[in-house]
Amino acid sequence: MKRFIARRLMQGAVLICMVATIVFFLGRLTGNPVDLMLPEDATAEDRAALTKTLGLDGSLGDQFVIFVGNALHGDLGRSIRMKQPAVEAFFDRLPNTLVLIPWALLLGMILGIPLGVVAALNRGGLLDRAAGTVAVLGVAVPSFWLGVLLIFVFSVELGWLPSGRMGGPEHFILPVVTLGTFLVAGFMRITRSAMLEVMESEFVKLARIKGLSEGVVIWKHCLRNALIPVLTLWGVFVGNLITGAIVTETVFAWPGIGRLTYEAVIYRDFPLLQAVIILKSILILSINLVVDILYAYVDPRIRLA
Amino acid sequence: MSETVLDVRDLHTHFFLRRGVVKAVDGVSFSLRRGEVLGLVGESGCGKSLTALSLMRLLPKGGARTIKGEVLLDGENILERSPAAMREIRGRRISMVLQDPQTSLNPVFSIGDQLREALLRRHRAPRPQLTQESVEALRRVEIAAPEQRLGQYPHQMSGGMKQRVVGAIAIAGQPAVLIADEPTTALDVTIQLQYLKLLKRLQVETGMAILFITHDFGVVGRMCDRVAVMYAGRIVECGPVRRIFEAPQHPYTRALIASVPKMTGPIGRLTTIEGQPPSLMDLPVGCRFASRCVQAEPRCLEAYPRTVQVGREHTADCWKVVPA
Repeated sequence: MKRFIARRLMQGAVLICMVATIVFFLGRLTGNPVDLMLPEDATAEDRAALTKTLGLDGSLGDQFVIFVGNALHGDLGRSIRMKQPAVEAFFDRLPNTLVLIPWALLLGMILGIPLGVVAALNRGGLLDRAAGTVAVLGVAVPSFWLGVLLIFVFSVELGWLPSGRMGGPEHFILPVVTLGTFLVAGFMRITRSAMLEVMESEFVKLARIKGLSEGVVIWKHCLRNALIPVLTLWGVFVGNLITGAIVTETVFAWPGIGRLTYEAVIYRDFPLLQAVIILKSILILSINLVVDILYAYVDPRIRLA
Repeated sequence: MSETVLDVRDLHTHFFLRRGVVKAVDGVSFSLRRGEVLGLVGESGCGKSLTALSLMRLLPKGGARTIKGEVLLDGENILERSPAAMREIRGRRISMVLQDPQTSLNPVFSIGDQLREALLRRHRAPRPQLTQESVEALRRVEIAAPEQRLGQYPHQMSGGMKQRVVGAIAIAGQPAVLIADEPTTALDVTIQLQYLKLLKRLQVETGMAILFITHDFGVVGRMCDRVAVMYAGRIVECGPVRRIFEAPQHPYTRALIASVPKMTGPIGRLTTIEGQPPSLMDLPVGCRFASRCVQAEPRCLEAYPRTVQVGREHTADCWKVVPA
């Protein structure tokens, strides 16, 4: 297990270096932040002075060397717009995103896993098809559309819930529903297919031979086995939620790292963009590692191998 | 000793598929006495396993239904019991050992968990007591260091050991009838013999009756008191093992016994049975073995023969046999 973790950490380090290089060059393709910061009629001297202040005056190669040098010392630069270290800006906003994730996951699993089991038990039947329709809708509906629709219905028309920004529990409902809807479908589909496979196995037959009740056979013997692929999905989803909350957070004016990413791109805030992407990558790699370790916990064949 | 514990009468289990009806079990009758081992022998696809699953009422999904017949367990027709009542019967009065030990145990629960669950069916007892009973159950199936084994998972055990655990689980509820569906087919030859001896010992100790399904006549000779030979969904001959070996009456049984390799005498080619069994979707009206039978006559093709009493406790379905 230790060797496994060490190897994964090495692979992660290489991956982060690649991500950093790509985001550095890709970000600079979007244009120049100076154009956004100064008025149209600014003089050439003003522009040159600001460019120099921002450290954008050297050649791309020189800038990259400086970036790498600083990054190796743990310094990812200062945000141009927010006038604070980029890393600090990221960690200021991170908790706001993280508080959404458990709720979205919970919603996705609470609805998705039982739906998947029910669909598997009624394979080919009406309930199966109904669950399948829900699943397709959940995946097909884009979050920018669902988010706006929810705001329209529950905030504008009914006035029951706030349309955005962070606040009390009522502020969580719409963003969590928007994020969770996508997950329901994923959890449902993977639970269904895993259950169908497990229900055919010999150990399920033996469980029935023992005289166990259908409830124990399905919800204990089958589901525990079917949860192994569900857990893999969990890792993918947490990653998706961290990176993919960009749209949802923007729609609901939620001050998390999704919206921070959006702002970094819009304002061409290169240091912030680089820091956000690199830190997100590190986060995702760590989550995947944790999921692999959890995996080993659920499946003793991996744990003890 | 001669009390009947399981009486199967005219059992029909068919698969209803879109392209037709597969008559996999088509009029099977036999009885099992308390403390007896009855062998159910036949080639692959003759309906042995489906007969067993019909008795457990655990038919595979996909159109299999028992449409006719009676399964009398201690005189009570269990085919008529509700699903809930059937669950009470499974494990406690009739139980089963499956063919493949590699897949019979749940990979994510420890051996102890799976055993305790089965023992709980016998009586509700506190966990420490169930654990103690689990240790005894493992010791009974000759597993060394049972205390350590309880915490282990199936993948940490060998095939032979897993099959012994499956055996322990199957008999945990002290059933009167145990169905063993080719329990040694997936094991190494050396382990097979150990397992058979174990099963025999358990049978003698507990007095349970065993329906032993196999395609191996060698195993029948070692394990069984009586044997029923199955062909294309029906039992064609049934009798005491000795009689069947010494004086098989049905041509199919004769051919089967002739095809068992012998360890003595000159070395020659193995005897085989020419042809293929009939399709279970399109069964002939006459004797099902007629197309492969060397002694077949016109009447064999016209009607299915009646069951003939050919000796004490010995019956055969053939036009050519002489009634005793």
